[in-house]
Amino acid sequence: MTRPNETHRPSQAVAVDGWKVNSSLAMRRRLMDRLATVLSISATAVALIALGSILFTLIIRGAGGLSLITFTHSTASPGLNGGLANAIVGSLIQTAVSILIGAPIGMMCGIYLADYGRGWMASTTRFVSDMLLSAPSILIGLFIYELVVVPTGQFSGLAGSLALAILALPIVVRTTEDMLRLVPVSLREAGIGLGASKWRVILFICLRAARTGVLTGVLLAVARVAGETAPLLFTSLGNLDWSVSLTRPMASLPVTIYQYAGSAFDDWVQLAWTGALLVTVGVLIINILVRVGFGRKGA
Amino acid sequence: MNGIARTAGTVPGKPPESTEAQETMLGAGSRLNGDSIFRWLVTTAGIGVLLLLGGIILVMISGGMKAFETFGPSFFTTSIWNPVTQHFGALAPVFGTIVTSLIGLVVAVPLAFGAAFWLTQMAPARISFAVGMAVQLLAAVPSIIFGMWGFFVIVPLIARYVQPTLHHWFGHVPVVDALVAGAPFGTGLMTGGLILAVMIMPFVTAVMCDVFTSIPAVLKESGFGLGATRWEVMRNVILPWSRSAVVGSVVLGMGRAMGETMAVTFVIGNANKIGWSLFAPGNTIASLIALEFPESPAGSVKLSALMALGAILMAMSFVALAISRVLLGVSGKKEGR
Repeated sequence: MTRPNETHRPSQAVAVDGWKVNSSLAMRRRLMDRLATVLSISATAVALIALGSILFTLIIRGAGGLSLITFTHSTASPGLNGGLANAIVGSLIQTAVSILIGAPIGMMCGIYLADYGRGWMASTTRFVSDMLLSAPSILIGLFIYELVVVPTGQFSGLAGSLALAILALPIVVRTTEDMLRLVPVSLREAGIGLGASKWRVILFICLRAARTGVLTGVLLAVARVAGETAPLLFTSLGNLDWSVSLTRPMASLPVTIYQYAGSAFDDWVQLAWTGALLVTVGVLIINILVRVGFGRKGA
Repeated sequence: MNGIARTAGTVPGKPPESTEAQETMLGAGSRLNGDSIFRWLVTTAGIGVLLLLGGIILVMISGGMKAFETFGPSFFTTSIWNPVTQHFGALAPVFGTIVTSLIGLVVAVPLAFGAAFWLTQMAPARISFAVGMAVQLLAAVPSIIFGMWGFFVIVPLIARYVQPTLHHWFGHVPVVDALVAGAPFGTGLMTGGLILAVMIMPFVTAVMCDVFTSIPAVLKESGFGLGATRWEVMRNVILPWSRSAVVGSVVLGMGRAMGETMAVTFVIGNANKIGWSLFAPGNTIASLIALEFPESPAGSVKLSALMALGAILMAMSFVALAISRVLLGVSGKKEGR
């Protein structure tokens, strides 16, 4: 590091000019810093370009299919003016049911971790919930297939909703626990001081104080499950006809996209792109709302 | 309340202190009840989550039992996947899963590191927030959209430009030519790995950002005070301080990459073989399951083989996730979502 010609320089010059000194060492340091800066800006740019390219492709190819027919007609054979109505409604139903199942259980588990869980049981539960958060969704699909589809003898919207509920669960668990832990102790003390029982304090004081954060978690869960394809392939299967029955195979946007994207018919491919545009816009809008609206960075 | 009213109404002759005693007893009783019911409810939910994971493990293993029994240890060592002769082996998809995930990591980790470096150490706060959000939006894009994008945008790029160029340069270099060999389909392990890289980069970036921002400012400031450049502070102060968490974020990316299904399914090419070429069509566990499932009737050996593959995938990704969890936990950091 230290070279003779540098140690000979007056120390004041080093202190004042810092790294601007014209020695080879300073040059090298400056170069390294510039290089690291340029490389990291390019790395960030790559991510932005990828996002831009995806959105651009979706809009260019998908916007052309946005018509009333797409929203009012069910999927049909090629050339018969099919739409995506059954897929859109199927997606909405399955997402809603999965959240109705997953969110309350997730909240209860979050409450358990934040307020009741002690010792190895709680830390194991937390660990497992974090594992489920990143677990391959295709495995969840196989699990529900063996557990629900095989015994009942048919693919069903309910099975799809259950698979999605398992995916939504850990997201709600994590946010509920985090948000409950942020509630000031003084609020709990005030509640208990007024004679409220513990469960009332948790439900009506802590959870109410943390409701924005918990809602954030639920919305993120909606955004996550709305675009899931892999688990639905083995559970709700997809349905080319209009069906809102939870006990029968049910169409969904992602599965319809999957079935149509690789087809040889132009109007099916067009529908796949339009569906992809709808799903992506929906998911991204929820994410933007959550992150801007609730001022939560990163996460 | 009702209890008190009823007591007071039905037993008017009782002395007041008795009613009071009964009231407190009732009150205490119902309070205890509400609390214990609630405690029981939330604890059940907690245990339910535990059982869920246990259930998934059990179902996978029991579902794959038939394949494990039929083929024995050779299930792990053969790369044959032949529905006609009913002979199935796991080697090719396991190979594909590892190769694509490694390609994804090799590409994604430097990008994620650069992005996290810029977002946390260099960018002005407002720009950092906006760009950071855009990067996180990339993570929110559904898997299948990456698949379509990869199939219609990246695959033609690779087939038309990347592969012919590489072939031109390296086609005659000994060793390397094997890596770029094959017809320019555009689909294959490399394309799958690249798509995975784009998908896991936001996750790794988020965790690294969390790690880098949580370093005590004093450490960084003393680095700058000694005249270090930003890169030197990153290299000699921040990275050593957060090493285990950074490794944890990389392993987390690996765990995510191995389980990705839809995006890979679109671009992997679906060929069950093992070879040197990175541009040859291949398979991953997840893509094979997604593609072969529709032709696997319940109770068949093939379905059991798919479940056995699922069990292997589960073991691989859970080991990765557990390692990342431990590494991230060591420094008390929270994993990004």
